Amino acid sequence: MRKSMTDRTYYGLVYFITILAVVVTLYPFVYVISISLSSVSAIDKQLVTLLPVDFTLEGYKMVLQYPEIWTSYYNTIWYTVVGTILNIFATCLAAFPLSRAKFFLRRKLNFFIAFTMYFSGGLIPVYMLITTLGLYNSRWVMVLPVLVITFNVMICRSAFEGIPNEIFESASIDGANDLTMLFRIAVPIVKPTLAVLTLYYAVFHWNNFFSALLYLGKQDLQPLQIFLRRVLIMASPEIMQKMGGGTATSALAVSTLQVRYVSIVVSIIPIITIYPFIQRYFVKGITLGAVKG
Amino acid sequence: MLIRRDKYLLIMFLPIFLYYFIFMYLPMPGILIAFQDYIPGKGIFGSDWVGFRWFIQFAESKYFWRLLRNTFLLAFYPLLFGFSIPILFAICVVEIKNRTFKRFAQTITYLPHFISTVVIAGMIINFLSPTDGIINTLITKLGMDKINFMMEPGWFRAIFTGSDIWQSFGFSSIIYIAAIMSIDPELYDSGKIDGVNKFQELWHLTLPSIKPTIVILLLLSLGGVMSVGFEKVYLLYNGATYETADVLSTYVYRMGIEGQNFGFATAIGLFNSIITFVLVFSANWLSRRATNMSLW
Repeated sequence: MRKSMTDRTYYGLVYFITILAVVVTLYPFVYVISISLSSVSAIDKQLVTLLPVDFTLEGYKMVLQYPEIWTSYYNTIWYTVVGTILNIFATCLAAFPLSRAKFFLRRKLNFFIAFTMYFSGGLIPVYMLITTLGLYNSRWVMVLPVLVITFNVMICRSAFEGIPNEIFESASIDGANDLTMLFRIAVPIVKPTLAVLTLYYAVFHWNNFFSALLYLGKQDLQPLQIFLRRVLIMASPEIMQKMGGGTATSALAVSTLQVRYVSIVVSIIPIITIYPFIQRYFVKGITLGAVKG
Repeated sequence: MLIRRDKYLLIMFLPIFLYYFIFMYLPMPGILIAFQDYIPGKGIFGSDWVGFRWFIQFAESKYFWRLLRNTFLLAFYPLLFGFSIPILFAICVVEIKNRTFKRFAQTITYLPHFISTVVIAGMIINFLSPTDGIINTLITKLGMDKINFMMEPGWFRAIFTGSDIWQSFGFSSIIYIAAIMSIDPELYDSGKIDGVNKFQELWHLTLPSIKPTIVILLLLSLGGVMSVGFEKVYLLYNGATYETADVLSTYVYRMGIEGQNFGFATAIGLFNSIITFVLVFSANWLSRRATNMSLW
């Protein structure tokens, strides 16, 4: 009897903690969405605490008619798509030779790339290199300097290493060269790993703010994250006025709050939309990363 | 002849070699400007050598201890206050019997990991805003005075640490959930025969079984301790909070990129890497001695 009481306390705690975790994580998002869908007067009177009050899409109309958001949206999509395609292609090209036991430069090249994880030139020398190469204010600066991420190459390499060598041997008897082996045999086998890496790279590009801050001064090349920083953090009055259009100071203040929260929602919609489809890969991705460091 | 045999592998790797050579290895000699009075027009070969002048200047400056302390604290606080939370959450999630709720809880708590730092920082700043932030609205409704959170140095560490935990605990729990799920069920069966209750089961069976995972992850995070994310600090701090918020990487950015003080900034960057290096290796060494587990 006493034991079952203890166990019930245990389960009570388990459910309490889990529910608390869900509420704490979810609430900020619900609140942001609710503000974005509420009327200005309701926001002004601070009536919104959980669900939208006086449902309206005015905030979205205001933000979406602003051209700069579309430019930065387009740029982010460009960086993400082009960047991720090149990343995956290059990661395979890097990982395959490094995974082949027979390759005579294998050890040397493995060290060649692993070394960069522990030692680098640092911010200033890299910055100077990028400007010398003429990549400053070029689209490619978001893509080329991060062609591969070494850690991901290593994950991909161990996936290739997991393929039984007999498969390659029989292919080589059939006259396949290493290029054919990579694209016809190895890549199809490690597809699940590549799916996880695609996810990692894509999220990285979508959220990449630092490179843009350093290297993209030109406004029509800047990604969504830079635009968001101006709206959310610097609360740039110029943007606020253009988007909000309010005249009285108090009305302006409130509509800017809505502009900010609508911008958040607009920027995370793509992630939320594809999220359910990629979710099943998370566990695999995490364990992949953990196997080999 | 090996070259001939492996020619396709060599061709394959060539673009990767070029990438690493250009973007990773070419900047390395740039470290030399930490020992120079670097003038962009003159280049590395033309600028004057100044030995350790920048390092000494930095060590003697009034910002030295402040930057070191902030970098350490902003790195250690999330670890200190946040390390156990994913473990606790993982233990709870595994115990949830209702499959739908379990999936729901996991889906929701993983989400913040995929939201960009800019959005997270933006949410923090706007929620805490003294004019229209929800937190201050609630505070005034409770009859207390508004707090200008983002302008008070005393709040910065709490905000930084708290949001860091909020953002990462769900996703970090995945690996523990996987570890708990892979524990041999027979262990629990024999526990039941011995009549242990759920708390004893947790303490004597679950936690010891996932100890290796815990140690490895602790090690990994100790290694990363000095690489405090530049982005989040940069987005959250301002002149009013430098006192508790300014870290080595943001200082390097301000001195180097904004101030064009290349030699000085490179020296501080190098200083930061050296400390990281020492930390990673000592964490690894320590763990090999203490637990026989290490990263390499």
